[in-house]
This record gives sequence, structure tokens and C-alpha cells, in this order.
Amino acid sequence: MEDKNNNIPAGSGSKINRRDVLKGLATVPVLGAVAYGVYKKKNYERFLKITIADELGMSREEPVAPAKSEGKEIRIGLIGYGIRGKQLAKALGFAHPTMVDSWIEAAQKNKNDLRYADFKAQDDLNVRITAVCDIFDTYGTMAQEMAANINREGTGGKMGEPVKRYLNYKELIASPDVDAVVIASPDHWHGPMTIEAARQGKHVYCEKPLTWTVEETYTVRQAVRESGVVFQLGHQGRQTDAYLKAQEAVEKGVLGPINLIEVTTNRNDPNGAWVYPIHKDASPETIDWEQFIGPAPWHDFNLERFFRWRCWWDYSTGLSGDLLTHEYDAINQILKLGIPHSAMSTGGVYFFKDGRTVPDVLTTVFEFPKHDLSLLYSATLSSQMSRGKRVMGHDAYMEMGNTLTIYADPRSTRYAEKIKQGIIKPDEPIYSYIPGKGADTVTSATERYFAGRGLLYTYRGGKRVDTTHLHMKEWIDCIRSGNTPSCNIDQGFEEAMTAHMGTLSYKHRKQVFWDEENEQIIV
Amino acid sequence: MTVKSCNYTTCQTTWLVVLRVAIGWHFLYEGLTKVVNPGWSAVGYLLDSKGWFAPVFQAMAASPGVLSAVNFMNQWGLVFIGLGLVLGLFTRLAAWSGMLLLAFYYLSHPPFVGLNYALPAEGNYFIVDKVMIEFIALGALSLFPTGKTIGLDRFIFRK
Repeated sequence: MEDKNNNIPAGSGSKINRRDVLKGLATVPVLGAVAYGVYKKKNYERFLKITIADELGMSREEPVAPAKSEGKEIRIGLIGYGIRGKQLAKALGFAHPTMVDSWIEAAQKNKNDLRYADFKAQDDLNVRITAVCDIFDTYGTMAQEMAANINREGTGGKMGEPVKRYLNYKELIASPDVDAVVIASPDHWHGPMTIEAARQGKHVYCEKPLTWTVEETYTVRQAVRESGVVFQLGHQGRQTDAYLKAQEAVEKGVLGPINLIEVTTNRNDPNGAWVYPIHKDASPETIDWEQFIGPAPWHDFNLERFFRWRCWWDYSTGLSGDLLTHEYDAINQILKLGIPHSAMSTGGVYFFKDGRTVPDVLTTVFEFPKHDLSLLYSATLSSQMSRGKRVMGHDAYMEMGNTLTIYADPRSTRYAEKIKQGIIKPDEPIYSYIPGKGADTVTSATERYFAGRGLLYTYRGGKRVDTTHLHMKEWIDCIRSGNTPSCNIDQGFEEAMTAHMGTLSYKHRKQVFWDEENEQIIV
Repeated sequence: MTVKSCNYTTCQTTWLVVLRVAIGWHFLYEGLTKVVNPGWSAVGYLLDSKGWFAPVFQAMAASPGVLSAVNFMNQWGLVFIGLGLVLGLFTRLAAWSGMLLLAFYYLSHPPFVGLNYALPAEGNYFIVDKVMIEFIALGALSLFPTGKTIGLDRFIFRK
């Protein structure tokens, strides 16, 4: 092959001839091809996006950041400073100095550990914890120190006035310097404490589930309604962005008729199965055992029962009350299902054979004939295989979590035409919502993968907000404004009855029904 | 390292230029898609890093300043390298810069035994993957330069 024309002619001088220009610019047209390709591709994507967005009619906005909490300072009494009590205090803006120390240390070791930064950046709700109550002395003292930590500091920081610890919840509720109470006690105390607080005119934030027995559920509702206090049940999922978007999708009929929903619990560690550590200081001398038992059947002092109370029906509502309720409430928020017509549960103690009475595997099917819908809950405490929340509609299928993804069903009626035209592709989402990234009809696969693993929004420069904080903030804001929080007593009543139906069905090994007219569970 | 006047046949030059332009196209398109996507960030990719250098890449993601530099490099760096290779403009510099970026991509997601990534691979890779092959190809192109023959370097590096 000849090669004489392909090389730089040595010493050819500075004169640029026609050949130089042609060869020098030979590849420039490639740029035109790239530009044209990118332009066509972008146009095609924009066309898909606009067409699908028009079809769905979903808003593109993210839920707005809530306004700052202003108004009179609210004085809060905290009942229970166990695992959840500490989390609720943190959501209010209070943490024990040693806990702050541990966050600071963790942040120094690992820059990605943002717990300290998040806590410092969390909005000030303009509240003060003026009273604490815990029947375990160590926790009681720690709660006092936590409540005095008004500047969110570590050990050695400037603390506020000492806070009084009450030995009995009734005294705390009766205290004139308490406007509102946060209840983080074991399940068997939720009802009695809420009733007492409502009757004393104190606003209530109560951990889920609302009640431990069916009977007290009516009394709690009556007490809250009659007193007019602002009540919020602790289902912080109410604040999850993706659920709010899911609600919009359902309201706009994006999914078509929905006949089956699947929700799950997937845990696989002792902590997730409520086998919590036993504190070294715990003893009959440091724990008010009689007050712990309260409405429960008598049992002699037992440290496992005190720290791992969720494992026994004597104090707990099991998977139904502890975890099914979160799943149910998320679905109730989105679809406004109310109390199911029937419930059927099966399960058993299959893995944690540690003397517990509550099952560690549970499947419950709720029927909602009025909505033409079955809700299936299935839980295991011995496998972490994540199964998510799946809402199955005739036209589309929705997977909910921190992110929200909607896929059109290949056999959909509504989207049939657009699927045929190739505008809607059943194997690609027609809608996805990633917190912090906003809503979109076409999101790149990469972003969905990363977001699904919690990688995208967790480390963004923006602020990460704890949903429990938002849920408490809503309650505090409602106390000031007189509005009703999202998880109010009626929602709580529905949640409690639904959970009780699941539990009763499991215990009686038969399907149980809800008599809507008389508001009774028929076993 | 100096490479003195190479004498290629037309056929050799053609294939070298085709390889250069194809890699350039890939860089340019990767860069442009990132530039036109307003929400694009390398953060997810960095955080998904595995292997020996994972802590380095994760630290890059954690620092807002470094992250914005990384994002800029991945958007405009890719675009300029792509332009350089396609146009034959500062070809060798473009090839070396491309190799540097590819080395980062390789080290952050090395296809070693036991490492799994958020993004599923579309092929089967073990130690040698497409990133490494593109890296090697750029290495070869930097030693068999064509920009001064077919490309704007013909005007710039005139003797």
C-alpha cells in the first residue's frame, strides 16, 4: 500500500495547502453527527416524558419543606425513656450528652456518619421537656439529664435547669408545668396513659399501637374526643414523601382498579426480633416492677420480660401491633381503607424459640369487600429478604418505600394504546419518585438503582430530615394552631381495631369479622 | 518519550483514526449526557465504590468541594477529551487525560472476585473489563498518534 500521503511531510514549510485542510478537518463532520444524535435522542426522551406526564397527570413538585414552628413554648412530659423514648426525645431536639458524644465520635471516625450534623441542623420546635417519667432508675436519671441538655451539647456542655423526674405517670400528667405528653411506654400502658392524659386535658403523642386490648380502644377514643386534646399516633410514615406521592397516584387513578396489596416485614437479627440487651444496673431495687405489670397479668420479677416485653402477649401486641400497624397505616393513608371486613391470620414461633408467646412468622389477610380489595401482610423475623410494599392495579403496579416506582401493566386497559405505540414500556417505570431528586416520568436506571439502595439522597448536600421529627412537629404545630394531625384518633381507632383483628384471628385460629354498624369485632 | 515520524499505510492510518474517533465519540457522548442532565452527580457512583481504593472514592463523595470538582471533571473533562480525540486536537494530551479518568473508573469499580455493584454489568468481566480495554486502546493510540495526520494537530504542530 502506498503511504506517501499519510505522514507529516518533514520540512514542508508553513504553507497550508488544500490537502492539509482536508486532512486536518477530516473528522469534524463526526461532531455534527454526535450533535445531531444527541439532539434527536433528547427530543425523543422529551416527547416520551411529556406524553407520559400528560397521561398520568402527576405533579412534578416535591412536598414543600414545612414552615418554622413558632408560637408559645410547649412544655412536654416524656413517659418512658427506653429505646423509642430516646428516639422521640431526639425528634423533639433533645439527647443525652453521652449520646451526643457518641455521635460526635462516630462522625470523626466516619465522615459519612451524619447523625450529629443532622441532629444539630434539626429545626427547633420551641418546646421544652419539663417532666420525665421512667420506672427504671437508670433511665429515669438519664432522661433528666437529656431533658436538661437544651443546647444539644455533649458532655461538659452548658446544661439547662434540672428537670423533675416523676415515679408515677399520673403525677407527671397532673403536673401543672406539663402541657402535653409523649407516651413511649410498653403497649399495655398506651391506653391507660392516653386516657389519663386526655382526661387531664393534656395533648398526647402516643407510640403505636393505640391500644393493647379491644375494650380500651373505645375508651381511649371517647376520652380523646370528649377532651378535645390534640392527639397524634406515632406512625411517622405519614410524613414520608414517597407515600404522599403514592396517595396522589392513587387519587389520580394512575394504577387503575386495585384488588391486591402486599405488605411485609423482613427482619433477621435479635434486635429486630425484640431481643434487646438487658441493662447491667437493672434489679428489683432499681425497677418499679408493680407499676410495670399494671393492667397485665401478674408475673414475678423478670428482667427479660422487662427489657424484651414485646415477646409476650402479657405486655405486647406482637407483630400485628408493632409492625403490621406501620404497614397498614401507610396503606390506610394512601387508600383510606378504614377497618377491614375480615381478618385471617396464621403463623407461629418458628425461629426464636426463646420462651416468647408472640409469633415470629405471621401472615394475615384482610378483606375489604367495599373496596374490592385484599390486603396481605406477611412477616418473618428470620429473613431479611426485602419484599417491599406492592400495590397491584389493573393498569399499573406500584412499589413503595423511601422511593416510589410505578410500572404500567403490559395488559393494562388504560395504557394499551400507548404501550402499542411504544411510548409506554412496561419494563421501564412510567413514574418514579426519589426524595431529594424530585419526581420524574423517565429516570435513568442508574439513579433508580442508587436511590433504591439509599445512596442518592442520604449524602446529598441538602438536609436530611427524620420523619419522626416531622411527625412530632406536625403534632406540636397542631397544638398551637388547633388543627388536627394526620394520624389522629380516628385513624388510630382504625389502626388499633385492624391490628386486634389480626391478633384475635391468630389466637383463635379462625377468621374474625368487623361488625361496622355496632363497631364490634366478631370472633 | 518521543515518537518520531511514523510511517503508516493508508489502511493503518484509517483504522487508527477510526479507533480514535470511536473512543472520542464515547467520551463525548458520556460527557454530554451528564452535562444536559441537570441533576447528574457522581455521588452515587463514588459511594458504590468497592475494592482497595473504595475509601478514597467515598471520601471524595463526602466532601462537597471535592465532589463538585469530580462532577465538573466528569462532565466537561469527558466532553473535552472526547472533542480532542474526535478532532485530533492535542491528541496525545487527550489520550493521556482519558487514560487518567479511565484509571479512576477502573479503580473505583474493579471487576475482582467477590465485588458486586449497584449497577448490573451487561457482560461478564473478570479483571479485564471494557474500561481497561479502552484504557489500553488509548495507551496504544498515544504511541501511534494520528492527530498530526488526520486532525487539527496537523495545523498546530506544523514544523
